[in-house]
Amino acid sequence: MTTAIITAQDVHLYYGKKEALKGITMQIKRGEITAMIGPSGCGKSTFLRSLNRMNDLISNVKITGEIDLEGQNIYGSEMDTVQLRKRVGMVFQQPNPFPFSIYENVVYGLRIAGINQRERLDEAVETSLRQAAIWDDVKDKLDQSALALSGGQQQRICIARVLAVQPEVILLDEPTSALDPISATKIENMLLELRQHYTIVIVTHSMHQASRISDQTAFFYQGELIEMDQTKQIFLNPREQKTEDYISGRFG
Amino acid sequence: MRNDFATELNNLHIRFSEMAMMVNEAIQKAVTAFINHDQQLAQQVLAADQQINNREIDLEKKSFEMIALQQPVTSDLRMIVTVLKASSDLERMGDHAVSIARADLKLESQKTLPEVEQLISQISQQVESMFAQAIEAYLQEDDQQAIAIAQADDNIDQLTRQVNNLCIQNMKTNAQTVENGTAYMLVTNYLERMGDYVTNLCEWVVYLKQGKLADLNAKA
Amino acid sequence: MAKRTTFTRVLDENKYEIALSTNNLRVNYGDYEALHGVSLQFERYKITALIGASGSGKSTYLRSLNRMNDTVGSAQVSGQIMYRNLDINSAQVDVYEVRRHIGMVFQRPNPFSKSIRENITFALQRRGLHDSKKLEQIVETTLKQASLWEQVKDDLNKSALALSGGQQQRLCIARALALEPDILLMDEPTSALDPISTANIEQAMQELKQHYTIIIVTHNMQQAARVSDYTAFFHQGKLIEYDQTRRIFTRPQVQLTEDYVSGHFG
Repeated sequence: MTTAIITAQDVHLYYGKKEALKGITMQIKRGEITAMIGPSGCGKSTFLRSLNRMNDLISNVKITGEIDLEGQNIYGSEMDTVQLRKRVGMVFQQPNPFPFSIYENVVYGLRIAGINQRERLDEAVETSLRQAAIWDDVKDKLDQSALALSGGQQQRICIARVLAVQPEVILLDEPTSALDPISATKIENMLLELRQHYTIVIVTHSMHQASRISDQTAFFYQGELIEMDQTKQIFLNPREQKTEDYISGRFG
Repeated sequence: MRNDFATELNNLHIRFSEMAMMVNEAIQKAVTAFINHDQQLAQQVLAADQQINNREIDLEKKSFEMIALQQPVTSDLRMIVTVLKASSDLERMGDHAVSIARADLKLESQKTLPEVEQLISQISQQVESMFAQAIEAYLQEDDQQAIAIAQADDNIDQLTRQVNNLCIQNMKTNAQTVENGTAYMLVTNYLERMGDYVTNLCEWVVYLKQGKLADLNAKA
Repeated sequence: MAKRTTFTRVLDENKYEIALSTNNLRVNYGDYEALHGVSLQFERYKITALIGASGSGKSTYLRSLNRMNDTVGSAQVSGQIMYRNLDINSAQVDVYEVRRHIGMVFQRPNPFSKSIRENITFALQRRGLHDSKKLEQIVETTLKQASLWEQVKDDLNKSALALSGGQQQRLCIARALALEPDILLMDEPTSALDPISTANIEQAMQELKQHYTIIIVTHNMQQAARVSDYTAFFHQGKLIEYDQTRRIFTRPQVQLTEDYVSGHFG
């Protein structure tokens, strides 16, 4: 039985006067891949970023409602955002490795957390690079700059960097849209593997990707959550006409 | 829990092959029951049919799901289409096995026509062997073999005509044989239809391998 | 302008079945050969998709077709690019003239920071066309062809940068069309767009192919399958297979192609 790890209750988000999220209520289940789909400006990325308070970094943003991680309100006063972002990691659309070695990229979060014992770092590097399915590609060149890698490899390094701090939830914002199909498929297969240990939430514009890898799919439209269900249900027999139109490519 | 596509496709293939074995077994049992007048065995065929029907529905559901979620192309798509279409042929073969078993239950054992039963036995052996070879051709994805197997269907058609003629002759001369004669003709025609379904299966093997829709039934 | 119209008419009367072809086209960056001799013919009024992984050479090939690689310092393009019985890869041919006949739409929409109208008229005015009636007509025609007219016809003076990404991309298509090219090259034109904008562009492409030959590079296999008539698959700088799209996606002849289009990568 899968239980909710994140619960959002009537989340509204405003950029100044513009209401970007109009009362989102949903549960994200532990150990599953949840895909968020919808056209540009539908609010899916905004919602994703609100799950680890990335929106805090933008001025003029106001958020109401409640988002609980394991029953604890992440917008509550006692929530430490650094701690939160360790538990809920984020991978972005454009691979953004730091201009350091591969090794230092992966251990970055650990060093910030004050972990410096070589043994622990070495172990974390190997484990997370293996999980990110890139260990064999880079094990002999851990001291080389991460920037020398291909786009797909860079993205996997970024995922390893998130994994190194052992998060509970991984948020991915269109992680493969800048990659070619081969790199994208490698990342998708990796995510299917990772699901055994992590809860994954992915924003994607690729319907093909959502249908192939996710367990649950949430369809957003104009700041509202139109429908959320098992991916199978959404792609074979959605309840809402809007969902059906969107996933079958019948727009306007 | 979701598997990757390759695993799912392989599972589909395995479950389809299993269905073919189930149908093969049903045919063997139905015909054996008919020839040996074994009512118990005939009952077994009736009982097992639900499983075959369930498997077809199951394969259909899985195929639709894979098409919707994975949008397969080329040989992956052909595999799914083959399973989708051929499983409904298999299901109909299963239904015919049931019909043979039902005919068997009605047969009046004191008024048999040994000569006709001999021919029916011959037809059933041919159907079984053709079907077994077709399953093998599917498993090996051997299109040439599939084309060759389909040729054997001519033989079955010919034997069917023989049985029908023989039964009609007997029924004309001896009214006592009318009931059994009708049952024989029915059973023979079920077997003949099975031959056609095996031919369809062979066509799907050709499609699976070459991507071409062949008509192996085109001959007279 | 009058001259150009005549030119188009002449073209219509002469049936060029093949709009463009390359013969043993190679691209080298110094010692490194990025493209190993590609020969392909592009049928007129059809959409041809070029597919393949990153580094397969498809974009390099596309950019060679209107000599965009000329602007890459170390790139050397050898072989022939035949356009109307003329090898346009020859040094004597004016690159700008080539690009007028063979237009390009890029991955990221790149409108000028000018009004919608000026985005389209800018190049024409620079070419000496100042007849404002004529210009208005071209603005309307090209925006209609790019399926954008209905949405912007009342806002032609608005900045192009105020448009959505998908609208910007359609404006870039209209801008390319204003020069009346024969051939439109598109380099992953929808990869930065959401599915709705993508569908709009794909729809526009179907209209455009009545008048233009389109060659598109795409990473999106479903897109290639949906929009194109022909598909060319590139791998490691080589053209592996070229065929009707429906064949490439149902029964390709080469295993490498099959693996790629079915997503069976290593």
